[in-house]
Formats: sequence, structure tokens, C-alpha cells
Amino acid sequence: MKILVCMKQVPQKDAPLKLNEAGTWIREDVSYEVNEPDAFALEEALRQKEKHSGEVVAITAGPTRASQVLREALAKGADRAIHLEDNGFVGLDAYNTARAIAAAIKDEKFDLIFTGLQSDDYGYAQTGVILAQILGLPHATIIMQIEKNDSGVRVKRELEAGFFQFVDMPLPAVLTIQSGINKLRYATLIGIKQAKTKPLRKVTMAEVQSAMGINLQKIEKMYIPEKSKNTQFIDGPPGEIAKKLVEKLKNELRVI
Amino acid sequence: MADTILVIVEQREGKLNRTSWETIAAGQALAADLGWSLEAAVAGANVSSIANEVAQKKVARVYDIEAAKLEPYTPDGFAHVLKAFLEQHPAKLVLMPHTYQVRDFVPKLATAMKTTAITDAVGYRYDGGKLLFTRQMFQGKFSADVSFAGLGPCFVTFQNGSFRGDKAEAGGAAAPVEKVSFDIPDGVVRNHPQEIFKEAKQAVDLTQAEIIVSVGRGIKEQKNIELAKQLAEALGGELAASRPICDNGWLPMDRQIGSSGQTVAPKLYLALGISGAIQHIVGMKGARNIIAINKDSEAPIFEISDYAVVGNLFDIVPPLIEEIKKAKA
Ligand SMILES: Cc1cc2nc3c(=O)[nH]c(=O)nc-3n(C[C@H](O)[C@H](O)[C@H](O)COP(=O)(O)OP(=O)(O)OC[C@H]3O[C@@H](n4cnc5c(N)ncnc54)[C@H](O)[C@@H]3O)c2cc1C
Ligand SMILES: Nc1ncnc2c1ncn2[C@@H]1O[C@H](COP(=O)(O)O)[C@@H](O)[C@H]1O
Repeated sequence: MKILVCMKQVPQKDAPLKLNEAGTWIREDVSYEVNEPDAFALEEALRQKEKHSGEVVAITAGPTRASQVLREALAKGADRAIHLEDNGFVGLDAYNTARAIAAAIKDEKFDLIFTGLQSDDYGYAQTGVILAQILGLPHATIIMQIEKNDSGVRVKRELEAGFFQFVDMPLPAVLTIQSGINKLRYATLIGIKQAKTKPLRKVTMAEVQSAMGINLQKIEKMYIPEKSKNTQFIDGPPGEIAKKLVEKLKNELRVI
Repeated sequence: MADTILVIVEQREGKLNRTSWETIAAGQALAADLGWSLEAAVAGANVSSIANEVAQKKVARVYDIEAAKLEPYTPDGFAHVLKAFLEQHPAKLVLMPHTYQVRDFVPKLATAMKTTAITDAVGYRYDGGKLLFTRQMFQGKFSADVSFAGLGPCFVTFQNGSFRGDKAEAGGAAAPVEKVSFDIPDGVVRNHPQEIFKEAKQAVDLTQAEIIVSVGRGIKEQKNIELAKQLAEALGGELAASRPICDNGWLPMDRQIGSSGQTVAPKLYLALGISGAIQHIVGMKGARNIIAINKDSEAPIFEISDYAVVGNLFDIVPPLIEEIKKAKA
């Protein structure tokens, strides 16, 4: 099976984020990491390849720094990588991101395309589904299990409140992967070494621009969310905080 | 003629999803602010009773969109039929609840119509003639006001709890219900969904718990779960967790709180090292009192907390357990 994995670089979970002057985006001087579900998507692709043989290709659209996620993917076992490299890829809506990715892979035939179910920065939850529509492929979202069979794949979709559903679908197909579908592997030293010799194709914005259009949605303003509650902050040294909390638990909440 | 706002309510297996009332309330508020007309629709196979239920609300009209192949739900079927419907009945804004079902087909539908969907909105602003939808970004650390460009329709999905379902106004008389039928050609629907099921029997029913101590990734390692367990025991409460803890197998799945886990409303919810992503918050924001301990002063969990402790949980929880034991002794 030939599998494409879409991987996005996003600010690290614990990174302290600040807004830029215009209040339209964050200040970019933070540490980055792989969008969490994308790491699970890569792991799943590698496992499918181990079972059924084939090829795993990782793709990202982002600035120069984003090549780090591709190097990690190659070190973990991806066969090659594609980098749509331009600062401009950061500011796209999901439709344009999907169109750029579709344009970059137009000469390839993948059996499966994986994306994460959602990005940690924009959180559109759309790129994979849009990509499927552009490519004319069936899709399924929030996937927790994938079994190949004679007619295609049987996938397990997560639904709300602890419910699940199996769906049979033909290949090729696009699947959006949920975190926790598998257990992630670490890159080995040999893997890291081998990654340096694996092919990494760069694609410029100019090469895919004709496939894209204006952004249909635009962030006018970003700001810290308004608090919905009148929060009491409790501070002091730990021992004192503990005493104050117990006082609240006893006299205000009446749970002790 | 006034522009139209269409609310598409959600039904699954012939039952109305109650969060649809929140979307109706959102549509009513928008219609009042914009002076546009509000219509509603339900799509499925034999869903006229749902259409009649929705017609009790203050809306100009309800469409009962019927196609045999819409049952069971598939993204191909829903995108096909709703596109055909919207081409016949143009709307400027199309609103839906941000459910797992909607997020499965709405990006496809919007793309098929060469337009966009603003997903997971929590509200809107209308000033200076510009309509902006507010959505959360960076896992709830920021809000963003988003504008829409293009010819439309603009699809917008609203996060659970953004509007009050009980505020959806009833109409004076039942709104007219119009039945519109479609035929889905062979080959359009490519997926074959099986029955919906629940994985394991719930061993614990956290919905009945009065006190819940919930751990997130801030707990760092499996062995530290013990600390949270001791706190829960000292308080006489149940232990629960955010999703990554259950994904790691550190606690069983039936202790997961959030959109894919349990929804709880205890007297006290004590969150240890949980950032407060929306998918977690929807499962616990109904708690009477929320105490959060988090080392990041800007963690979104504090936005909904009654009591906030900014600090290292490993410093604070041990003396807290001691103080509780003392107070109870
Ligand atoms: C479709 C979908 C469904 C989902 N369903 C659910 C669901 O049902 N339930 C759920 O919980 N999530 C769910 N998620 C995942 C959710 O988006 C978040 O990723 C998850 O809730 C984050 O868990 P967390 O807060 O434990 O971890 P993180 O976001 O990593 O937060 C850890 C927090 O711990 C703090 N911390 C670290 N060290 C310490 C310390 N020593 N002392 C104090 N604080 C510390 C950090 O400041 C941080 O705020 C879902 C996601 C999607 C896309
Ligand atoms: N710039 C990008 N480069 C590569 N993959 C992306 C990019 N943006 C989004 N994706 C993929 O699409 C998924 C969903 O993102 P989103 O639609 O933004 O929530 C992510 O988990 C990635 O797999």
C-alpha cells in the first residue's frame, strides 16, 4: 500500500504563546512540534506498511522550520517526504491548504491518505475531508482502527459519548486519524542516520499557486478569551494553598 | 426579499439531537440582529415527525428533506442531498451544531459548493455591517473573530453549549412544513457503515459522583496517578481523567471525561494538570464548582474555574491531602 501522511508543525503544547502586534496571529518565536494526531497518523501508516508492504510518504506545508517534522517522519521510517515550503502556507484556510497538497501530489497515486483529525493551532477539523472531496475520494473521520480486506478497508470511527462504528469502504480513500489509535514509536539512531539520505522533495508556492484561490475565511482579530466565571485565585506557598483550599471545601463548597 | 438563514437540525437514526435546539436559538438571534428570515431543515429517511417537532419553534418554514439512502448516515449521501437542496433553495447562512456527524460531512459539502465552513464557532458579532464569527484557536488559548469571503452560502457550525437550547423560542402557530424528496443515484454513496456500538460496559457511572478528581497530562507519569487517587480517596470522590491519560492506558476508558467520554455534573470537579481543551470542557463544565490546579496561568481551564491555583500539582496535592485528612479527622 502506498500511503500519504499529512503532517503539520504546530507550537509545542506547553509553549507560552503571545499575540503579534496586529493581533492577527501568534508571535512565531516559539518551539514547535508535530501536531499530535498527525504523529499517530504516521505511526499507523508505518504499521500498515509493515503488514502489507508498500511506501509511506510524509508531506507538510509550512515554512523552512517545518522540515523538522519531515525529518522526524523519515527517521521513524517514512520512505520519502514532500515539503511545500513557504511562510505563506501558515496563513491558509483549510480549503487552500488542501488544494495546495492536492496539487503537490497530482502525479502520484496513493491507496490511502491520512491526516490528523484536527490541528492544534487552527482546529478547523476540515483539511482531510476537503482533500478527499478535491481528489474525488471517499473519506471517513475520527478513525481508531484500520483493517485492510479484499474490497478495501474496514475502519473504526469514534462517535460521541463512547460510541463507535465500523465502516467498510473502497480504496483509495482519505482517513482522518484520532490520537490514541496506536502506540507511538521512537526514532532509532540508525533511523536518524538513514533519514539524511532519504529523498525530500521541495515544492514552492509558485508551483501550486494556480490550484489555489483567495482564502474564504479570514482572522480579523485574535484575543485572549473572555472569562465566563468570576474566578478566585488562591496563592501562597503550597502549605498555605492547601489550608485555604480546605477552608473553601469546608465552608463554601461544603463537601467536607 | 430578505436573505435566508437555514438551520439544519441533526437527527441520528430518526431521533433529533437535542443540541439542535441550540442552533435554532443561534439562528433566531442572528435572524433578529440581521433582519433576515430563518428557516429550518431536517434531512433523512422518514423524518417528517422531526420536521413537525421543529415546526413548533419560531421559524418561517421547515423543510423535510427525504431520501431513502440517507439512512444510515454517510458523508457522501448527506453532502449529495444537501447540495442539491441548497441549489434549489439558496440560503446565505447555513447553521448546524458542531457534532461528529456534521464535522464528517460539512467540509465536503462546503467544498462541493465552492464555499467554506466556519467550524466550531462559539458566537458571533455583528457590528459595522460586518458579520464575524468567534471561534477558539490554539486549543482554547485564544479566540478569533473570523470573517467570511466569497459568494456563499457560508456554513457555520456551533460548538455545543454556545447558545442555550431552552432559549429557542416557540412560534405562535406551527410553521409550514414542506417535503422535498431526492433520489441518490447508485454509486454516490461509497461507504458502508455498520451498526453503532458501545465498546465496553461502563464499570463506573461517573455521572452519579458528587466529587470528581480528574487528572490530565500534567500528571506526567503513570506512577503519579496514585497521588491523584489518594486525593480522590481523601475527598471520598471518584477518579477521572482527560483523554491522553486513558489513551495511554493509565486509567480505563470509562473514566474519561469529555466529548468522546462521559459528561458529568458533580458538586465538585477538581482538575489536576488539565489544560481545558474544549473537548474536555464540554464533559464537565456543568459541575457546580470547579477547582483547577495548573502550572500555566493562562491555561484555558481557568476560564471556567471557580477556584484557580497556579502552581505545580506535585507541590500542592500532598499537603492538600494532609489538610483534608486533618479536617475530616
Ligand atoms: C474529536 C476529539 C475528541 C476528543 N475527546 C476528548 C475527550 O472526550 N476528553 C478529553 O479530555 N479530551 C478529548 N480530546 C482531546 C483534547 O482536545 C485535548 O487534547 C485533551 O483534553 C488534553 O488533555 P490534557 O489537558 O490532559 O493535556 P494537555 O493539553 O497536554 O495539558 C496538560 C496541562 O497540564 C499542565 N501541567 C503540566 N505539568 C504540570 C504540573 N506539574 N502541575 C500542574 N499543571 C501541570 C500544563 O500546563 C497543561 O495545561 C478530543 C479531541 C478531539 C479532536
Ligand atoms: N499545513 C499543513 N501541512 C500538512 N498537513 C496539514 C496542514 N494543515 C493541516 N494539515 C493536516 O490536516 C489535519 C487537519 O487540520 P485542520 O483541518 O487544520 O484541523 C492535520 O492534522 C494535518 O494532518
